[in-house]
Amino acid sequence: MTTPILQANNLVKTYTQRSGKFGFGTSLVKALDDVSISLTEGKTLAVVGESGSGKSTLARCLLQLQPLDSGEVLFAGQDLAKLDGAALRVVRKNLQMVFQDPFASLNPRMRVGEIVGEGLLIHGLGSGAEQQRKVIAMLNRVGLTEADMQKYPHEFSGGQRQRVGIARALVLQPKVVVCDEPVSALDVSIQAQILLLLKELQAEMALSYLFISHDLRVVRHIADDIVVMHQGKIVEYGAVVDIYQQPQHEYTRNLLAAMPGKYMALVGN
Amino acid sequence: MATNLNKASPLLQLQQLSIAPKKMPTRLLVNNVSLTIEVGKTTCVVGESGSGKSLTALSIMGLLSQQLQLTAGKVLFNDGQSGEQDLTKLDEANLRKIRGAKIAMIFQEPMTSLNPVLTIGYQIGESLTTHLGVKGDQLKAKIASLLEMVGIPAGRANNYPDELSGGQRQRVMIAMSIACEPRLLIADEPTTALDVTVQAQILKLLDELKTRMNMGMLFITHDFGVVADIADYVAVMFRGEIVESGTKMQVLNKPQHPYTQALLACVPDAEGKKPLKPIDYAWLPENQQILQTSAQNLKTAA
Repeated sequence: MTTPILQANNLVKTYTQRSGKFGFGTSLVKALDDVSISLTEGKTLAVVGESGSGKSTLARCLLQLQPLDSGEVLFAGQDLAKLDGAALRVVRKNLQMVFQDPFASLNPRMRVGEIVGEGLLIHGLGSGAEQQRKVIAMLNRVGLTEADMQKYPHEFSGGQRQRVGIARALVLQPKVVVCDEPVSALDVSIQAQILLLLKELQAEMALSYLFISHDLRVVRHIADDIVVMHQGKIVEYGAVVDIYQQPQHEYTRNLLAAMPGKYMALVGN
Repeated sequence: MATNLNKASPLLQLQQLSIAPKKMPTRLLVNNVSLTIEVGKTTCVVGESGSGKSLTALSIMGLLSQQLQLTAGKVLFNDGQSGEQDLTKLDEANLRKIRGAKIAMIFQEPMTSLNPVLTIGYQIGESLTTHLGVKGDQLKAKIASLLEMVGIPAGRANNYPDELSGGQRQRVMIAMSIACEPRLLIADEPTTALDVTVQAQILKLLDELKTRMNMGMLFITHDFGVVADIADYVAVMFRGEIVESGTKMQVLNKPQHPYTQALLACVPDAEGKKPLKPIDYAWLPENQQILQTSAQNLKTAA
């Protein structure tokens, strides 16, 4: 029996949107409409859908970066939605996030060493020397060097910055990592490197990933299970193999049909 | 190099084009690039960031930044009316007559390339007024028909860009670019910022328009999946040079150059059968040398 490490039950989140003349009226947009998912330990759950389908909102609500309207998020038996600030901060050590845009998600005025080490500092893990050692080890693991600690984010390429983002998320040895489109801003050639790195780290550190993406080619390679979202609702949920071979929902079929280069002959291997 | 010289004179020919920074004329960012674009066909330029594909596209219409210069080469454009012209020799006034009228461009970011304080109708009509002198009710009717052509209801002509979705904004960009019925359309990663479903729609739209208006298209992308869907001819760029070019079938099915092979190998496939592979640079001369020396070191150690 596999145990879910992170479970979300009946999440609801509504945004108010200004509408009508001069934006005086308001209308409600359901970003999450009765969404339930469960992430198995050591597995990857992919969330796919187009922009506006609610996948990023789901990620933010799971980590309590945004308040929920209703529903519960269970991590190791605790309901995160009920925790107060201090208790939540302690739990957050185990819940980390890798962001989409490596150009916008790193503070341009901090050195890479400070960026990666900040989590250790906040959670007060180990002495200064130990923290330094952990940062170096993590940077080495993601393919950067000790000398890179002194550099600023602008000195790196997109792929290297995403490595910094991954190092920052993993230095705390979290249990769950939410990856919000981690490779969509990268070149195809760099994409494969980052995906492989994520896979290796998952095996080494027993991580569970919630992997948000709109690229079904990428999802096919990295995910075990898949959730298809459309307008805030889950339209399909199951194992990757099943959904790719026998999509049940019309929307999933559309997504699969829109994949570029489906008929491209397999070459180069 | 497989250039296609079967027609009398192709729409656009880049001949041995080189681009360098003004301060460092020896450091070539684009090195000896030759390309041919034919009427009614799509040529895709594929490469990673920094390979010089966007610079090549910008140089066609003389849009390079002030810090860069063309150090060599010709851009021969034949619109079928005024004969073959070398665009690099034209002055700014003459270039302006060509930009938007005979050669049009679509950029990657539909969010940043539209003016936020002007209605989309105004922005679409601007080039019609400038180049063709269309005004008044005639202009309104033309804008309406262009919007319909790209799949946006004509009633939205008075909307501002922020009232449209990303895909709709890219449709507006396309409407702007085809307004004067250009002979050549340059599309610089037009779908990179879009969702897959929207991307598929935009690619289909571009392909239809190209056929209907008999345009030539230069399409820049880093995604071989997109190439497989839209290209007739493909040129692969690496570090400022074209390393391989030919028809889509040749390049995708029988890639000759190791870089093309490596780049194709790291595109994830839809079935998930192909193992993920990071790009392989072992074929590069400098890496070959490293491999050889390390092999020798091993031998001497043993």
